Amino acid sequence: MSLVLISHNPWLESLARLAIIALLVPVTVIILTWVERKVIGRLQMRLGPMRVGPYGTLQGVADTIKLLTKEDVRPQTADRWVFELAPFVIVVPVFMAVVAIPFTADLFIKNLTLGLFYFVAVSGLSIVGFVMAGWGSDNKYALLGGVRAAAQLISYEIPLVMAILAVAMLSQSLNLAVIVGAQEDTPNIAYQSLAFIIFAIAGLAELYRQPFDIPVAESEVVGGPFVEYSGIRWSMFQLGEFVNLVLISILGSLIFLGGWQWPWSVFDASVPVAAQVAMMAVKTGTFIFFFMWMRASLPRLRIDQMMSFCWQLLLPFAFLQIIINGLVLVYDWPNEILIPLSGAAAAGAVYLTYRAARATGVRYQPGYQTVGSVL
Amino acid sequence: MVIETRPPHESDLETIDINVNVGPQHPATHGVFRMVLTVDGELVVDLDPVIGYMHRGNEKLPENCDYRQVIGYHDRTDYLAQFNTEHCYVEAVEKLAGIKPPERAEYIRVILAEINRIASHLMFFGAFGTDIGLFGTSFMYAFRDRETIQDLFEEVTGERMMYNYFRPGGVAWDLPDNFRQRCMQVLDSVERGVEQLDGLMMENEVVLARCRGLSPVTPEDAINWGLSGPMLRATGLAHDIRRAEPYSIYDRFQFDIPTGKRGDVYDKLVVRLEEMHQSARIVRQALETMPEGPIMAEGLKRVLRVPAGEVYMRVESPRGEYGVYLVSQGSDKPWRHKVRGASFSNLSALRAMAVGNFVSDVIIILGSIDIVLCEVDR
Repeated sequence: MSLVLISHNPWLESLARLAIIALLVPVTVIILTWVERKVIGRLQMRLGPMRVGPYGTLQGVADTIKLLTKEDVRPQTADRWVFELAPFVIVVPVFMAVVAIPFTADLFIKNLTLGLFYFVAVSGLSIVGFVMAGWGSDNKYALLGGVRAAAQLISYEIPLVMAILAVAMLSQSLNLAVIVGAQEDTPNIAYQSLAFIIFAIAGLAELYRQPFDIPVAESEVVGGPFVEYSGIRWSMFQLGEFVNLVLISILGSLIFLGGWQWPWSVFDASVPVAAQVAMMAVKTGTFIFFFMWMRASLPRLRIDQMMSFCWQLLLPFAFLQIIINGLVLVYDWPNEILIPLSGAAAAGAVYLTYRAARATGVRYQPGYQTVGSVL
Repeated sequence: MVIETRPPHESDLETIDINVNVGPQHPATHGVFRMVLTVDGELVVDLDPVIGYMHRGNEKLPENCDYRQVIGYHDRTDYLAQFNTEHCYVEAVEKLAGIKPPERAEYIRVILAEINRIASHLMFFGAFGTDIGLFGTSFMYAFRDRETIQDLFEEVTGERMMYNYFRPGGVAWDLPDNFRQRCMQVLDSVERGVEQLDGLMMENEVVLARCRGLSPVTPEDAINWGLSGPMLRATGLAHDIRRAEPYSIYDRFQFDIPTGKRGDVYDKLVVRLEEMHQSARIVRQALETMPEGPIMAEGLKRVLRVPAGEVYMRVESPRGEYGVYLVSQGSDKPWRHKVRGASFSNLSALRAMAVGNFVSDVIIILGSIDIVLCEVDR
């Protein structure tokens, strides 16, 4: 901890950093809700929020006040403790995962040696919250949504972890700061393009965003596990979802895009902290924009298509990436050989997806009947 | 609500099918339709449609109204294809009373009805995109163009929804002066918008994966179930009342009847998309040849008394065959007034099309029928 905030006492220092995170995270989420509505609004040829504050910037604040002051309704027949604890089970692991995330070389709460491992282990806990919410609400939509969430999140956890593992193999470390440090010359996306694609898709599914918003599908299960929640408890789900969005985006930019490293050695010696933070913000923002863009432009998959895509395509290709990495490491080949190998495998995965989507047939011109009628 | 238990499989684990109540307040039911799904996990093993929440006595009420007052009720049966339904009713009255509307009125009716078909299909694409999970993007694309059409209709009729513009014997008043030019503008922008909607939806891999081959309907089944409109044409039968039994002046225009091949959900999308282009083609031809002249038949009395008799008139509405059956006993009010709603017949096939599919698929199968609940319940 080279950057001292208040004291050299590690306990006080850590507590201060935790407090900063606890304040910063909700504010980020409030801003992100506004950004998402603006981005999707522009993609749909609308303006998005415009009324509260200049360009609607205070919309998030107004929404937060509304949600905090709303009545906290619990259905009569709900399983009380399961219902009321479910939001915490979702939010707490998400906040715990923030602890392990370094924002720059010096700005972090705790530089864990097993940071990546800790992150993956902790963020997997949220699934329990979905099942609890789905079961405890005593609502059939919520039950369907909860079961869907369990199936989807557990399935996509595996390719996600495999993709992360591929990077860890290459960097020979589970320490996020070390992984970023190893990408000083070339970011991992060049060596691990297949793992990157798998990470982006599995991340989309972990965030249950389109085309994988099956657990919360508005037109089918009307919000899934969240259908019976209101007010502060509902906003906790929302908080969890958006913090998760930021976390997956930060993780992606750390392990694939080189984190706070500037490309092409723009700064010769040491990069100023502000520049590091700016670089992180740009890379994370790119990821977040990608997730929002997908939301506005893709319809929803069916649950069996989603599952078979995971188990039949993503998972074998994730193993393929790990095998490629293993070969390169065992035979001590130069890292550059990973670029064509991983790139070719990524192209193969994309081609198989393209073919599978068209397996049922492509679009054709409709037939025309110009005279008379057959009936 | 009865919970059925099914005999256990090889294992001793007993499973229960649960009943999921979808509607009448559900984002995917397009109004106040309700269906009770019996689901085995994600699979729908039974479906029980419940209708009647929107019943307003729309067939009985007109029997106490003057013939011209009834027109407003037809705006309210199918509130997305008002001109088509009005067209059907005024044609029925004219057929019974032997009134011949002037040329210009016929052209105005055809132009407005065909533009209304485009607006209705645009609404379908918007709502269908939402059903399939597009988070409102298709909705905004479709509504941008539907808005220009509504502006045009507002300029003509002064109303945005319940137009009440056609009359037995003609139309209420003449078109605004710059109508031809405005209509061409609207058509151009709408056709550009339809191209964009096409690009957004039809080539999308997810839409292809979801809709191709989903619940195919054979032509025999379609006839047995009484399907009509795009639902019928998607199965490959080119049956269009504008062609099979030309009414008004439809026999003067060149247009094709798009048909599908398998009758699956994707074919229904393709057929509706092509119909929008064909409607625009009809409107362009009609605008070219529209004559000047009177817009109301000569010699009509203030109170319209229709000679005794009965008539059934049917038109091709965007959803299929919309029919009006009138019995007159010579008074100024219809003695019997019956409406044949296309949505009702199409909806009756829902159970046969949906059972055996996943919950998500049932939602888009329902969406592909393109129901208007006001027309189902009347």
